[in-house]
Amino acid sequence: MIDKFNIGRRALLGGAASAAALGLAGGAQAQKPLVVGFIYVGPRDDYGYNQAHAEGAAVLKKMAGVKVVEEEKVPETVAVEKSMESMINMDGATLLFPTSFGYFDPHMLRMAAKYPKVQFRHCGGLWNQAKNPMNTGSYFGYIDEAQYLAGIVAGMTTKSGKLGFVAAKPIPQVLRNINAFTLGARSVNPKATTQVIFTGDWSLPVKEAEATNSMIAQGVDVVTCHVDSPKVVIETAERAGIFTSGYHTNQAKLAPKGYLTGAEWQWEKIYVDFVETMKKGGVPGNFVRGGLKEGYVKTSPFGPAVSDAAKAKVEEVRKGIIDGSFAIFKGPLKDNKGNTVIAAGTTYTQTEPVLEGMNYLVEGVLGATS
Amino acid sequence: MDGTDLGLWGVPLAMLAGAIRVSTPFIFVSLGECLTERSGRINLGLEGTLMMGAMTAYGTALLSGSPWLGVLVAAGVGLLLGALHAALCQLPKVNDIATGIGLMLFGTGLAFFLGKPYIQPKAPNLGALDLGAWSSISQVQQALQVNPLFLIGIALAFALAWALKNTRWGLIVRLAGESVDAALAIGASVGRVRLLATAVGGAFAGIGGAFLSLYYPGSWNEGLSSGQGLMAVALVIFARWDPIRCLWASLLFGAAGAISPALQSVGVTQGYYLFSAAPYVLTLALMIATCSPARSLRGAPGELGAVK
Repeated sequence: MIDKFNIGRRALLGGAASAAALGLAGGAQAQKPLVVGFIYVGPRDDYGYNQAHAEGAAVLKKMAGVKVVEEEKVPETVAVEKSMESMINMDGATLLFPTSFGYFDPHMLRMAAKYPKVQFRHCGGLWNQAKNPMNTGSYFGYIDEAQYLAGIVAGMTTKSGKLGFVAAKPIPQVLRNINAFTLGARSVNPKATTQVIFTGDWSLPVKEAEATNSMIAQGVDVVTCHVDSPKVVIETAERAGIFTSGYHTNQAKLAPKGYLTGAEWQWEKIYVDFVETMKKGGVPGNFVRGGLKEGYVKTSPFGPAVSDAAKAKVEEVRKGIIDGSFAIFKGPLKDNKGNTVIAAGTTYTQTEPVLEGMNYLVEGVLGATS
Repeated sequence: MDGTDLGLWGVPLAMLAGAIRVSTPFIFVSLGECLTERSGRINLGLEGTLMMGAMTAYGTALLSGSPWLGVLVAAGVGLLLGALHAALCQLPKVNDIATGIGLMLFGTGLAFFLGKPYIQPKAPNLGALDLGAWSSISQVQQALQVNPLFLIGIALAFALAWALKNTRWGLIVRLAGESVDAALAIGASVGRVRLLATAVGGAFAGIGGAFLSLYYPGSWNEGLSSGQGLMAVALVIFARWDPIRCLWASLLFGAAGAISPALQSVGVTQGYYLFSAAPYVLTLALMIATCSPARSLRGAPGELGAVK
């Protein structure tokens, strides 16, 4: 209801603005702002996935000649097609970012076929050059690099050697984060283990709190997570007096004592690149990936409990990742059932497609994918 | 925290802890629904009341700095929503099931809308009593951190059971639920009784919501309830409209909800999706086990679901 009202108001303002522009100068066409549409699946101030994107959108709002329209809490159904159509037709959006996984197929693809002049870029890993139109594309960040660094901090801070990971679902992106975090921790603390608990869905606050508490009961003293909003996990852990490592955005405010660091997105980098390309008359890339080097992901500033040794170690590895001399996933690597998943001598760079289909948990992770 | 390794004994302990932590909203909502249904009315809108309670409690605690004031305001909002439901149902030819569903959507929608500014800020918490200080095992200490609302909920269950059974007021509520004619015969106003019972039931649900946002999990967001209000309504049916059994059923649901994380944390990882579904499987199993086509549900108030 409210969203419709907003669109109406936006359209009204847009209409008024263009009418004014026409009245002032005949050449107003050239000054027409680039309208960029953002669609979020949840609230954009959730300390999580949606907020990370909204922070990127906020940076675009400050750019000259750019107008940002946003809609939040749009379900992954035809509703998102209506949102896209209204952004295109009523607001004049020419670049759309439907940010949630389920928006892509069939909704975004259907809209891309209907509006070939509008550029659609989806956050995730699903774009395929052979099948999908060229006015669509995907972008994503290698956040496992930041998770690896957070794992190093966790491994050097833990006293019990038990780390905890509250995860939503055992899908490749999540498993890759759990594995990177664990590998990071075990690179500095070979005895460390990561206890993983899957809650079953992206936003289940009571389950997330329960998962955190049951890990605390088992002696876990550093907790991190991969759920839509880490707020509950971080707050529950802080209350119990253990350490936390954040995800998506910076949650230091929620845990002033126990927050160590965290793996954060930095979408503004991608969004600003895309918008600048569009303003020059170009078209944003169709398959955009990047990590620490490109600035698409980063780690949160270190909390008070992080030792100088840990900071130095993180900076050393960060340098290696950025200059390409360090790879996270390299053989010999065993999964937690004892099978070799990466043979000795094999080193996967981040762009390796095999990594995007990860289906195992590495040695040192307590838990199972099914 | 220096944890002693309890091995598999950790699981029953975690379930006990889970029952204590998770069951409070179930207790309050099911007691509220129990009271309402005993007066002959169904209020399916308690899920919405729960969310409104959670949101207003969080907002009040944030703005005033006092979580207990938040609980009070949540109870007040629940009272109003309950009264609204009762007043709507009072109108001729109104179906209380349909109204309840309407109010459920209304309550959650309104809570999401008004709750926008409260998602990010951090409100003060209700805090807990450390009843486990006698134990040297940190897991036991952790399990026995009890919120006062949990104890109030237990006391409320017993008080409600006693009042329904032994007081004149309880008799009138039961009468309104069992037989309108009999209630009219002793001069009770059925409408007023149901109005009060529904409003008070709503207030209980509001307090349940306050527990969610102010203690466990302890923050306001839109996925907070994930259907707990609806489950609590179903729980009343298998508790056979008895407040004491509502209490046990709530504890059982809380414990069932803790099974999956507890088992995963001790290394039992097979089929955690199945364990996550434990509360729902439990409901279904109990429903099937206790239902019979040959008779109506034992303990069901006679006037329940009757449309004027």
